[in-house]
Amino acid sequence: MRIGLFVTCLVDLVRPRIGLSALKLLEGAGCEVVVPATQTCCGQPGYNSGERAAAQTLARKVLEEFALCDYVVTPSGSCGGMIKAHYPELLCEFPELEAEVQRLTARTWELADFLVNVLGLQDVPGRFQGTVTYHDCCSGLRELGVKSQPRQLLSKVSGLTVTEMATPEQCCGFGGMFAVKFGAISARIADQKCNDIAGTGAGAVVLGDLGCMLSIEGRLRRRGDTKTKVLHFAEVLAGATDDAG
Amino acid sequence: MHVSSQQFKRKAAEALANPQLHKAMSNLRARMVTGRAQSILELDNFETIREAAKQTRDFALAHLDYLLEEFERNATARGAQVHWAETGEEVNQLVLDIARRNQVRKIIKSKSMLGEETGLNHFLEAAGIEVRETDLGEYIIQEADETPSHIIAPAIHRTSEQIADLFHEKHKLPRKTDIGEMTREARMILRPHFLNADMGISGANFLVAQTGSSMIVTNEGNGRMTTTLPRVHVAIAGIEKVLPTLEDVSFILRLLTRSATGQSISNYLTFTTGPKQLGDQDGPEQFHIIIVDAGRTRVLGSDLRAALRCIRCGACMNHCPVYQNIGGHPYGWVYPGPIGAVLTPAYVGLENAVDLPNAATLCNQCGVVCPVKIPLPDLMRTLREKQVERGLRPWSERVGLRLWGWTARHPTVYAWITRIAARLGRWAGGSARLIRHLPGGSGWTGERDLPSPEGRTFRELYTARAKRHS
Repeated sequence: MRIGLFVTCLVDLVRPRIGLSALKLLEGAGCEVVVPATQTCCGQPGYNSGERAAAQTLARKVLEEFALCDYVVTPSGSCGGMIKAHYPELLCEFPELEAEVQRLTARTWELADFLVNVLGLQDVPGRFQGTVTYHDCCSGLRELGVKSQPRQLLSKVSGLTVTEMATPEQCCGFGGMFAVKFGAISARIADQKCNDIAGTGAGAVVLGDLGCMLSIEGRLRRRGDTKTKVLHFAEVLAGATDDAG
Repeated sequence: MHVSSQQFKRKAAEALANPQLHKAMSNLRARMVTGRAQSILELDNFETIREAAKQTRDFALAHLDYLLEEFERNATARGAQVHWAETGEEVNQLVLDIARRNQVRKIIKSKSMLGEETGLNHFLEAAGIEVRETDLGEYIIQEADETPSHIIAPAIHRTSEQIADLFHEKHKLPRKTDIGEMTREARMILRPHFLNADMGISGANFLVAQTGSSMIVTNEGNGRMTTTLPRVHVAIAGIEKVLPTLEDVSFILRLLTRSATGQSISNYLTFTTGPKQLGDQDGPEQFHIIIVDAGRTRVLGSDLRAALRCIRCGACMNHCPVYQNIGGHPYGWVYPGPIGAVLTPAYVGLENAVDLPNAATLCNQCGVVCPVKIPLPDLMRTLREKQVERGLRPWSERVGLRLWGWTARHPTVYAWITRIAARLGRWAGGSARLIRHLPGGSGWTGERDLPSPEGRTFRELYTARAKRHS
């Protein structure tokens, strides 16, 4: 089974540890993982900013880069959602690509979804001493149905307890360019998330998307919370955090 | 109504700095969001009904020509007078003509968002006619000389303390703070107006083609009195409000009230079919229905058509993280929240509401709660594309996105730029690993830090790993 890892632009630039953790988990489960070297971005920033043509070019690039993989797996609900939920509409002007787009969307999986529903992963190498709370990222949740999968996986991490926040499905305020164009509104939305997290008393918030991660961590720190960790579930599952013990 | 959607950012900033608004809006999530979530559990086939409602609304929109004529035929047969208005100005003029013909001096109104679109109250007042809003929320904002900030809870932006102050000032009675007592006071003030008004104006939640009825969904009883007490009644409704049959209305109502306020059913459902008939105890002597286009056919023929399915429940705004924090006024026209971000540019012009389709995280909480499945984030994205096509985006944004697009298509250049950015970012983050000020990125770092990159890109680390392994 040949798996193409779609690393995503934010993991590549900001938190490569998450990409390496995803590799570790997939290879540990016996998969052959390839990482197409020319990959850059799924096109979402352009798509959501109205730059359709630019987004189409990048979507076609992804289509070619992963053509030979049995599965495409990505540690991001929003990039996975972009491919699975939006490529068919984005590329609908190219009927000659329809079959290839269908093939890609059918083979593309968000990492937690893949680990649970394709690999049926039973054991994870990670250990974590403490309590965490889980934030459901909008795209993963509403476009891909990622909800129980990361929680199931976290429950297998030795030493870790998950405690739910009051409204885990509430948006964190990121929204891509929204967070820059409407920074003050975005920060206020993030405040509700920060309060929600604080209400659980958990030492860390775990999630599955880099955008939410930057938004939540950035706001927590500006509010003076230097303690609460913000972690991707892949890091926790792979034991790549300082709390691995 | 005056359009001030181009001041969205300034007004949103004011809203964020308004602690009273914050307090008032905190009720919204607690009441509306929780209420909806609980009430849909009463139905074991909510999603099936939702799909059926979507299809029924789509069917109606596809057969508007037929259904509206059927409606006119049946309404006329029952003695109602049907008028057609292409623009908001025509609506206002028609209402004024009817009022003048009947020597009307005072009008009582039940809530109508279409009336807000056309600026009906101010138009009639300028013509010397007294207009009284009778829905409690509408009454409050009329007294405060404000505009509605929510389509079903127009005064949601005000705390009960603020309303107590307003009533005290306007009613010249001892200040009350108990909500029940304040409501009784408003009722006492309004009662004589109900009894001596010459004309009633209502909106319509639906027009029923099968029976020629217009119908409204209300909780306070004011709608029932507005449609029955005065001798002349005028209902105004957009062309999209028509449904084929009473069956259709009744099953869609199961979604409407639950989605709106979390009620299984509202206190009043009022169907008005023709004027007072022989033997009827009450009802208006004349019943006029004004069917209004005001931009709707243009939307019907566009890629925003799905927005016309809207049944005005307000669930999209109740669940919107942006609306929850800034309220409805910054949106600058009649309809706030996600549906407003689509309808406002569609009705008043994209160039007059540039921020609205962009002022959303596209979290799709609105889309999943919409009882008629309007794909609101998709429609906002469509409007964003139109803005780019029409050159309505700032040049800096366009250049930035072009540069990003070009770089992302050239992996070698991309790898170098990210390599440098990862190192620069790591350096800028210092020992705290946080970037406090990002040059050119104050939108982000104005109110939050930017966690700094780890220092090397995944690409580099992966290549290094591959070399070690070989």
